[in-house]
Amino acid sequence: MTTGSRAGDEVTLTSDARGALERAGFSRRDFLKGTGALVVSFSMGMIGTAAAQGVLEGGTAGSPPAGEVDSWIAIGADGIVTAYTGKAEIGQGMSVAQMQLVAEELCVPFDRVHLIYCDTALTPDQGVTSGSQSHPANFNRTNLGQAGATAREALLQMAAKRLDTPVEQLIVADGVIRVKSNSSQSLTYGQLVDGKKFSLKLDANAKRKPVSEWTILGKPIPRPDIPAMVTGQFEFAQNVRVPGMLHGAVVRPPEVGATLISADESSVAGMPGFVKVVVKKDFVGVVAQKQYQAMQIARSLKVTWTPGSGLPNQASFYDYLRNLKPVRDTLMVNSGDVDQKLAEATTVVKATYLHPYQMHGSMGTSCAVADVQGTKATIWSPTQGVWHQRSTLAMLLGLKAEDIRVKFRRGSGCYGINGADTVTYDAALLSQAVGKPVRVQLTRKDEMAWENYGFAFVIDARASLDAQGNILAWDHEAWVPVRGNRPVYSFPGNIITGLLVGFQPEEFKPRSPAPEPTTYNNSSNGVPSYCAGQVGGVARGTGTIKSERSLLHNVMSPFWTGPLRSPQRLQNTFGQESFMDELAARAKADPVAYRLKHISDSRLKDVVEAAAKAANWDPRPSPKPRPSKTGVATGRGFACVAYEGNNGYAAMALEVEVNQDTGKLSVKRIFASNDVGPISNPDGLRNQVEGGALQGMSRALMEEVSWDDRKVTSIDWRSFHSLPLGFDIPIIESVLIKRLEGPASGSGETSITLVAAAIANAVFDATGARIRQIPFTPERVKAALA
Amino acid sequence: MSSITLKVNGRTHTLDVDPATPLLYVLSDDLELRGPKFGCGLGQCGSCTVLVKGQAIRSCITPVKSVEGSEITTLEGLGTIDNLHPLQRAFIAEQAAQCGYCLNAVILTAKAFLDKNPRATEEEIQQGMSGVLCRCFTHVRMLRAINQAKQEMSR
Repeated sequence: MTTGSRAGDEVTLTSDARGALERAGFSRRDFLKGTGALVVSFSMGMIGTAAAQGVLEGGTAGSPPAGEVDSWIAIGADGIVTAYTGKAEIGQGMSVAQMQLVAEELCVPFDRVHLIYCDTALTPDQGVTSGSQSHPANFNRTNLGQAGATAREALLQMAAKRLDTPVEQLIVADGVIRVKSNSSQSLTYGQLVDGKKFSLKLDANAKRKPVSEWTILGKPIPRPDIPAMVTGQFEFAQNVRVPGMLHGAVVRPPEVGATLISADESSVAGMPGFVKVVVKKDFVGVVAQKQYQAMQIARSLKVTWTPGSGLPNQASFYDYLRNLKPVRDTLMVNSGDVDQKLAEATTVVKATYLHPYQMHGSMGTSCAVADVQGTKATIWSPTQGVWHQRSTLAMLLGLKAEDIRVKFRRGSGCYGINGADTVTYDAALLSQAVGKPVRVQLTRKDEMAWENYGFAFVIDARASLDAQGNILAWDHEAWVPVRGNRPVYSFPGNIITGLLVGFQPEEFKPRSPAPEPTTYNNSSNGVPSYCAGQVGGVARGTGTIKSERSLLHNVMSPFWTGPLRSPQRLQNTFGQESFMDELAARAKADPVAYRLKHISDSRLKDVVEAAAKAANWDPRPSPKPRPSKTGVATGRGFACVAYEGNNGYAAMALEVEVNQDTGKLSVKRIFASNDVGPISNPDGLRNQVEGGALQGMSRALMEEVSWDDRKVTSIDWRSFHSLPLGFDIPIIESVLIKRLEGPASGSGETSITLVAAAIANAVFDATGARIRQIPFTPERVKAALA
Repeated sequence: MSSITLKVNGRTHTLDVDPATPLLYVLSDDLELRGPKFGCGLGQCGSCTVLVKGQAIRSCITPVKSVEGSEITTLEGLGTIDNLHPLQRAFIAEQAAQCGYCLNAVILTAKAFLDKNPRATEEEIQQGMSGVLCRCFTHVRMLRAINQAKQEMSR
């Protein structure tokens, strides 16, 4: 167990390395000049080649400007390996897997690897940490793993020369290269580097270690940050304190769409700790000596607003979405014959599924510290995208991007875009106004009422069956409201603070009818797993159904929206996997066998079979005979997904108890199977599967954003519900499929995607009643049972 | 402002603060402790939990004046990396964390509960944790860690 000194993020640096960095200002090049090192950077010449796609994906769309950081790995003369990553540790356990990857490829002990992540002055631009892409990006593409292999091969070449022995006659382990026939002849990495500087370009052809030879990857190595966290030593963004720091608080509009008339500074000027009231268009904030003072001042400040723009009635919101104009239509697949197949079929099944807006609802409200001094700024932020922050902060503050340094500090778990980006803007605006470092931590209400919610969804599903119950055609149609998003590189108005200071969200571009699809992309799981996914004559889906259509209608949301863990994939899968169960019931078939019959992809089949086996699944149609219409009924449900079409395969069987008198649901056991390619850290994967399963339960059973005619009313943990530790927690068994070949897939969002459908299917199995609207509150369950 | 004397993790501090200020802000801003955290400011989630005379209290809604002179223990005071409390050791052994923001609430609430109920069953422990939230939903591991620590604490 590694403890103490390596916990935290910058703490992962040795004190010597940190000292060297400090002495060198922000320039790592200077630091490396002084000590000697072997550095692997990405080659400018590779930009634009297929091999460089991983570097560019989600990142800057062109060559990094001169002076921008470009290194992946540096090996010091002391043999310490420093790896630079643009993928953040946001609590998902990514840092340990990235350290294992580097240690494995370089053949050095795990604890000799130090990770520096997400600092615009130090690490490469890998876009955002999101979408279950962190591990695939560094594992599969020309990033960290490839940099490790590049360095290992280069060191072997250097050793071959120095030892006058062919590379094939050398072996490497624990950072030491030895001659096979004479192990006393050896050189350490430190001896090879020996105070000199070697600059290598990333070699896309450097050979990666096969899974069968792994000694560090694939092991459940404990996370190095947990000891500091359990002892209260860990520095979260909320704990950042810098000399001379003041505290800020913001005053958001009282209603959606309200604009500022006036803010009366004299109403608070005499309060303890008062420093300043800051107004910029509709942005209002205050600065004080201490946090509690800032909160009191913000609460007391007399602010006058216009009335808001009004909100659609929540009770009829799903009908409102269906009829909203303008619309932007997108077809994912369209075989062109779906309407005809449905018209001529003897058995047509139709159903509608509804999913509410849900929130990220981080445990800790978002917090950032900004120090804007004249034309330069230093920012400590829990953002998932430091480069996006830098670029949009430049727009917000009127500074040059290269004069802004954004350092990632872990915040409370975010599960997508919580308030991290917007509070960073808040802190920066207030700091610029007072010329001193300012820390802002949002109130619970400001965090919840103004975040970019996970998407509400309406899904209409239609399918036709032949006489044997086989599915002939499947039509999936969804209405999804959108507004704003992550700010990416140029849209600060995609989040609330940016909009308040006058930036507009990314433009909504109406389009109807949708153009025919030209490429197959199932990254939002809009195409059911059982469809062939045929575009341009090539079938890339995971299923057998050839008559297929998936049509998405985006409309304008009254609230901000953005990615929430398994964005759209969860909602689409809830509809599709519930509907598949309805079709199986209509065909009087066992839900697992019926799924397998319509799946063509072997990896998806494997996870379905693995989950069914773990659950000791009894093949029979649903619902099971219902002995009584009162009391507790039990049932089992199933769901599966090829996440994003091909980024992880997962299936889930679970058992529920339905209290038919109260409508209360209780999930007793969950069996979750996952095939996510070669597994870097099985314990980390299990942790993600377990957490995802319970978060999925919480979202399915109780989470829903509510509002009245003018404002959001989900503003605390009494008005937005989350499954507490005291909840009736199921036993979770995860089955991890061993894959020794192929790319690594994402695993943070697979199990959460399946829970809602699996629960709805289990309720149907237990009672014969179908629930099609999330959350499955006792009232809704009772209504379905009636 | 007035002078207030606080006893935190065995040390005495004399501070010049508004006596109505909730204890949390004094601990995290004036004393720069990292254990107690702001989660909701409403006493609903537990992030700000500290132990006062062995009781788990929510420091975000507790005026600092009301705990003057009482012995206050934060997560830092429970144990250190070199001298871990059984709960801390169990959380490391079970890898019972994701983002870690709620750990303060979970560990200190469990500490106060187990001290009072050393023979609690798994169900009773879960009941004792009913007011604590974890949004990463690391529930399974956390409850396992608490049950594991219970064995060691009751020895």
